[in-house]
Amino acid sequence: MFDIKSFYEATSVADAIRALKADEDAELISGGTDVLIRLREGKKADLSLVSIHNIAELKKIEKDACGNIIIGAGASFSDITNNEIIKEGANVLGEAADTVGGPQIRNVGTIGGNICNGATSADTASTLLSFDAAVVLEGPEGVREVAVREFYCGPGKTVRRHDEVCTSFKIKNEEWEGFEGHYIKYGKRNAMEIATLGCVVRVKLSADKKYIEDARLAFGVAGPTPLRCLKAEAAVKGMSVSDADIYEKLATTALTEVNPRSSWRASKEFRLQLISELSKRALREAILKSGADEDKVAPLPYKGEENDTESAGEVR
Amino acid sequence: MLKIIHMNVNGKDTELAVDEREALLDTLRNRLGLTSVKKGCEVGECGACTVLVDGKAIDSCIYLTMWADGKKVMTTEGLKGPGGELSPIQKAFIEEAAVQCGFCTPGLIMTAVEIVGTGKKYNREELKKLISGHLCRCTGYENILNAMERIVDETYKVCGK
Repeated sequence: MFDIKSFYEATSVADAIRALKADEDAELISGGTDVLIRLREGKKADLSLVSIHNIAELKKIEKDACGNIIIGAGASFSDITNNEIIKEGANVLGEAADTVGGPQIRNVGTIGGNICNGATSADTASTLLSFDAAVVLEGPEGVREVAVREFYCGPGKTVRRHDEVCTSFKIKNEEWEGFEGHYIKYGKRNAMEIATLGCVVRVKLSADKKYIEDARLAFGVAGPTPLRCLKAEAAVKGMSVSDADIYEKLATTALTEVNPRSSWRASKEFRLQLISELSKRALREAILKSGADEDKVAPLPYKGEENDTESAGEVR
Repeated sequence: MLKIIHMNVNGKDTELAVDEREALLDTLRNRLGLTSVKKGCEVGECGACTVLVDGKAIDSCIYLTMWADGKKVMTTEGLKGPGGELSPIQKAFIEEAAVQCGFCTPGLIMTAVEIVGTGKKYNREELKKLISGHLCRCTGYENILNAMERIVDETYKVCGK
């Protein structure tokens, strides 16, 4: 039995907003894979819950007339990974969602919860940030959109008001079309793990696949909130994929923009090392996924067996 | 206060009075006597409590029973044939000796049901990822993966996609 004071299953978004407004202590619960664990561990107690678990309108993933991708906040991680629209336009988001917890968690946990609990380590947060996605919030005063980059205001804190429900995330057409990306989660295990560091790189190559026309770089756990490295992105813009300097340029510029801390998972120094290393590896993977000729893409600037992103999370 | 809900449990429509604070795990074990559903870590890490809700494998320890209202729930008890015979998935686990203490087995079998249900072929690496939400402290996973491979291959031969 969970330590729940009251439980209300909302039938619609409007119903949930009304219930939240009526009880200022109430918390929203969606998939429950986070809230229920906190209750079980005693980190929270005597909670009043407003559940949006079974609201079908929140689970849709669709593309609007302008080609923007709209992801319902109630879509589960596995819904996202297996969705055709995501595979076509935002495959890297599906890959990031596929690194959360384990399969059973991914069948239940939602992207809305992943973003709204405010964790810098959220695998979908750094990725959505790289898409400059918007968070759609619905409250008593109506609907508003907040960019993910402005959504976080500190560890575990977001600008979502108590009586607002996050209904969806919007990725603009120009932010996904023509891009390919790669996400690397570094953890001490390959599954059931919270990221020590998460790194996403997305690139748009020129039509001849020889130049980086545009780039995106974002991290989780490289600061108190997910963060994007605009200067590092600008530094590699226009560079040739054959230029061996692309990796150093991206990584060294990124290091000037991040702010990791030491925690029990890893020291600040180790995180800085990961930021430098993973951004290089993810950049190369993103370029290759974009269809560049492997022989023409600059090799990573080191030798030996370490050139293997798959082993990045293995226990040694 | 108890609430009335309706679930289809292992093919049978069931009306139940449950507490809103209950986890599906406790409802299945304590109210319905389905003790194949094991209580392990209770925080969604070990997978011993895995059941299918509308065909999807979930950790029933962190799933409120209220959410299963109107849904189909399946546990290992629901796999047995009309004469009580074992399902091919259970037989594969026996033939590959994929069981030692047996605590993780029902959960793994339910995940196997979900995997097999896709009708797709998976290699060993993919299967490793698909069972990563389960902890087994006895077998070292090798025989479990052998059983998984066997049943996935057998199913694929019959109704592969």
